[in-house]
Amino acid sequence: MTHLFSNTKTFVLIFFVLLFLISSTGWSKEAVPVAEDPETEKRMLDLTMNLRCLVCQNEPISDSRADFSNDIRREIRQQIKANKTDDEIVQFLVDRYGDFILYDPPIKLTTILLWFGPVLLFVAALGSLFVYLKHRRMQIDEVSLSQDELKEAEALLNEDKKGKNE
Amino acid sequence: MMRYLIPLVAFMVLAIFLMVGLTLNPRQVPSPLIDKPAPQFQLSQLHEPQRIMSSDDNLGKVWMLNVWASWCVSCRDEHPLLVQLAKSGVVPIYGLNYKDERETALQWLKRYGDPYTISIIDADGKVGINYGVYGVPETYVIDKKGIIRHKQIGPVTVDSLEKTILPLIKELQSQA
Repeated sequence: MTHLFSNTKTFVLIFFVLLFLISSTGWSKEAVPVAEDPETEKRMLDLTMNLRCLVCQNEPISDSRADFSNDIRREIRQQIKANKTDDEIVQFLVDRYGDFILYDPPIKLTTILLWFGPVLLFVAALGSLFVYLKHRRMQIDEVSLSQDELKEAEALLNEDKKGKNE
Repeated sequence: MMRYLIPLVAFMVLAIFLMVGLTLNPRQVPSPLIDKPAPQFQLSQLHEPQRIMSSDDNLGKVWMLNVWASWCVSCRDEHPLLVQLAKSGVVPIYGLNYKDERETALQWLKRYGDPYTISIIDADGKVGINYGVYGVPETYVIDKKGIIRHKQIGPVTVDSLEKTILPLIKELQSQA
């Protein structure tokens, strides 16, 4: 019996190892045109990870296979080779495509609500919870029992105990 | 009374926000180039590649720059409208042949008609990047001083032409 059990265990282990291996080959992408030197490529990837593909809007340019993203990646590689700084490259793209290309929008008058809206909502919710709880506490009166009522309650409780004992 | 009114008001505010959200088109990304000088270019002409057209050639007139390609399906939708507009002679339309093959592009124009005063070749899409092109077709209205006044993302429609583009062109043409 124990022998069988350990076999199943090994089987499960092998199964998961295989699963992991298969899925890790699944992660690798098909060949995309890359820069010759890995440093340029790394910088380009770091940059494009935070840039939105305008065609497939919920994908960063680094992951996207759209033609648009290929072009932007190529443009960025060329600019890196031309010794542009990261800020210059990002500014170049923002000048052409607007803030929308950034996943982190800059704090501006038009984005204040976007940045601080959630905090505002949280504070408002906390405030109304506080007011509500305070209000409720005031509504609840401590009901004091009269002497008769206490006796009656005690009698009822005792009755219950008696019933149980029987 | 209040305890029913507050949730109701909150719900209505949320509903209004969502309703407005439904009418917005996330594909229409406002261009930062509006009211900025149109990016310069010097590009080969599609019909006569040995001739270069410069963006400065059009200074002093109101013109439209239409980004098109033979591979672009929705370009075919707007094309009859552009041909018609070109015939009316209201405004010269220039074509930016975006990431296309010259031969196929020429064939395409022969087949569907050529509304362009001049088409220019942007084979690698470099000028396209400068204009912030991300979905063809796109159409720019550029004024006499070479400033971009309007960008239409996606095909030009009768509606957008009559309500926005043509009135704007009239207004720009009347300016000195």
